[in-house]
Amino acid sequence: MTKFIAFPVRRPTSKAPFRSSELGAIALVWSVVLLVTGALLWLLGDIFWHGMGQVSWEFLTTEPLNAGREGGIAPILVSTGLIIGVCMAVSIPLGVGTAVLLAEFTSTESWLGRFVRLSLDALAGVPSIVFGLFGNAFFCKTLGLGFSILSGGLTLACMVLPILIRSTQEGFRAVPDDYRRSAAALGLSRTATLWELLLPAAMPGLVVGLLLGLGRAIAETAALIFTSGYVDRMPESLLDSGRALSVHIFDLAMNVSGGESHAYASALVLVTVLVLINGMVAWLAEWFRKSRILGV
Amino acid sequence: MLNSNTSSQRRNETLLLWLLRGLALISGAIILLILFFLIWEAIPLFQQVGLSRFFTDPSWHPASNEFNLTPMLAGTLLVTAASVLIATPLGILSAVFCHYYTPPAIAQLYRRLIELLAGIPSVVYGFWGLVVLVPLINRIHPPGPSLLAGTLILTLMILPTIALVSDASLASVAPEYIKGAAALGLGRWAMIRGVVLPAARSGLITGVILETGRAIGETMAVLMVCGNVVQVPHSLFDPVRTLTANIALEMAYAVDNHRAALFVSGLVLMGLIALLVAIAELLNRGQYD
Amino acid sequence: MKKLQTLVPLSIGLTACFWLQSCSSSPQAANQAATSTQGKLVLTGSSTVAPLAAEIAKRYESEHPGVRIDVQSGGSSRGIADARQGVADIGMVSRALKENEQDLQAFAIAKDGVSVILHQANPVQQLSDQQIVDIYTKKITNWQAVGGKNAPITVVNKAEGRSTLELFAHYFKLEPKDIKADVVIGDNEQGIKTVAGNPNAIGYVSIGSAEYNATHGTPIKLLPVKGVAASIANVASEKFPISRPLNLVTKTAPTGLQKDFIEFARSQGVQDIVKQQYFVPAT
Repeated sequence: MTKFIAFPVRRPTSKAPFRSSELGAIALVWSVVLLVTGALLWLLGDIFWHGMGQVSWEFLTTEPLNAGREGGIAPILVSTGLIIGVCMAVSIPLGVGTAVLLAEFTSTESWLGRFVRLSLDALAGVPSIVFGLFGNAFFCKTLGLGFSILSGGLTLACMVLPILIRSTQEGFRAVPDDYRRSAAALGLSRTATLWELLLPAAMPGLVVGLLLGLGRAIAETAALIFTSGYVDRMPESLLDSGRALSVHIFDLAMNVSGGESHAYASALVLVTVLVLINGMVAWLAEWFRKSRILGV
Repeated sequence: MLNSNTSSQRRNETLLLWLLRGLALISGAIILLILFFLIWEAIPLFQQVGLSRFFTDPSWHPASNEFNLTPMLAGTLLVTAASVLIATPLGILSAVFCHYYTPPAIAQLYRRLIELLAGIPSVVYGFWGLVVLVPLINRIHPPGPSLLAGTLILTLMILPTIALVSDASLASVAPEYIKGAAALGLGRWAMIRGVVLPAARSGLITGVILETGRAIGETMAVLMVCGNVVQVPHSLFDPVRTLTANIALEMAYAVDNHRAALFVSGLVLMGLIALLVAIAELLNRGQYD
Repeated sequence: MKKLQTLVPLSIGLTACFWLQSCSSSPQAANQAATSTQGKLVLTGSSTVAPLAAEIAKRYESEHPGVRIDVQSGGSSRGIADARQGVADIGMVSRALKENEQDLQAFAIAKDGVSVILHQANPVQQLSDQQIVDIYTKKITNWQAVGGKNAPITVVNKAEGRSTLELFAHYFKLEPKDIKADVVIGDNEQGIKTVAGNPNAIGYVSIGSAEYNATHGTPIKLLPVKGVAASIANVASEKFPISRPLNLVTKTAPTGLQKDFIEFARSQGVQDIVKQQYFVPAT
């Protein structure tokens, strides 16, 4: 019985006698890991240290007062959630659809495949501030959405799309051709193969893309200042202007004197939210994979 | 392309195909919209001032009609190149660590840590850099905000991209390769260097392209730690200004020609990206994408 | 059945979102039934004025339920441009109007000053105007020349186009082009943090933010200009020479909700908000 291993496990390695190059490699790899971990813990430790004292239930459920120096961040959390919701709702169908087309249905040298691939590569490199200006001109002004959560979400979707598509594509590439052949042999239609077999099997790639994209979306500041705006009131519809968490952190850290402690606290909340979302997405993906492929 | 459809299924599939094509076209059209917008805003200045002035004027002082972009172009290129050079080996080795040098539990922990790095806002990186890193560098060599500070912060920011994408592509290396290497008696490092990394090459290149794009486009963090002085740096400790920081810094207060000049710098950035994409094309030629 | 399992975690997440929304106090929603005035105002412009305008707007909203005032950031130039094009009802500008902006009407809601700041550990206590000019044009490059330690001076300047820079350059009769900086910063807080992290730095920022930071423990100090100490009190009494108005601008004479809000922003009733943000109420 062969199990499809989507997440890596320890690979079999040779038991040959230790060579010096092996020791050197181990030392190198471990020092890299320790360096990276050290830097991250330093950064996180700083955020934790300065922000921990401020975070409380009240902080999470009240409105900001005194330009954000006091009070809480409840409306901002809601706005951020809505913006991300819009972003994901738009980018996932668009992204997965495009990735499926590129990976399964089009030869890469066809004009459509080439065009989409190149334009996505270019899109991945557009600076966040240019997205902000573009989003402002296109979504806010031309489409008449004004400063709104919708504009912000749509702009973020544009930013997140390339990462999502690239990663999902890689996920599809990783699925062995045997799957496709077996499905064809069994007489499954292409649509059924896609939905029942390939998509779940490509889940790891999709998940990585989603997480990277989500991380980028949550962390985005410059694009959101110009599209979803600055208003820290509780939004009542998607067309309302709403301040995202990262914009709030920026304002408190850089614009409002004395806002640092709340900036740190907001950053701590943001990092925690990210951890939770990451965990949820990973769990969802694993469940989806299990239910489809292993029939659990 | 295997096709085992019956004629009734073919209709559904055509529908699906056209739906997917529509979605892909929308995805592809976004960049064209952005380019159109940039050119639209930049044209008034092109008509007034020739193209060469953007590279030959004495300096960047839009208020006094000087529009030289070269120092900032140099800033962007240097900061990007330096951070990619450092982040790529760190990221790839991190992925190698997760797969081959540690039990799965620790690997998962490390992966979570890296995913966390990916989600920290650039503002927080910039803020931390300004308040912690820059004074540290200042003690070594004034003024503090510098090419070095920007490189270090940017490295931290693009590391998750290369690490996670490498991780995914290392996972997709066929188990037969690993077993074959073990059967041949290759040591772990020899196997990684000789078999795994070459096999995962296309994924790794994807990662490098993505992280370079991200580095070129980063705005907030470099704005806060690079010093923003318009000059071509002569040492790691010299302040620099990148094209992105320039736009962010001055867009809020720019009118007419100044504003158009900033859009021109946006176009230069797009040119850099186009170059990057062309290089990626060359590298991936022949790879089944 | 399977679909239900997908929906459960999703709906939990969405419910949490909506629950948070209803959890917080929203006085407008409660009073909406009894409302008489309706209306919406959009303000865009200077990021210096934005926090102040937002707080004033909040108080106005609580006194006039049914009115919504959206304050957006974007910079003084954006405030001018948006007010002209009618994209915004009111523009926020952190300086006096220039000659080519006389087609607009300006209403000052506060005053602010610009102060030169040094690190607290810097032994230099004051600098003459000429010394400051020489430092900023790099004719003096070492603190020793002005009575300080033997260390190179790190000059911190604001990015071109910023109102603070224009005010600074105008007072010291410098062309922005002639200023040779070691570090260029954007917002006031960035300037403060840069100087606070570098014992040999000199910079200039809004007095409001400098005073706030200095009294709350940030290691900076404000230098007097021409013997007058840099403080909010001195800007209020007009003794301090480098000052600027914080303006709300409109395209034509304000009417209706616009007029009401501008008058509210200039009234005695909000002077405590102005002082809380470390600005000087415009008398």
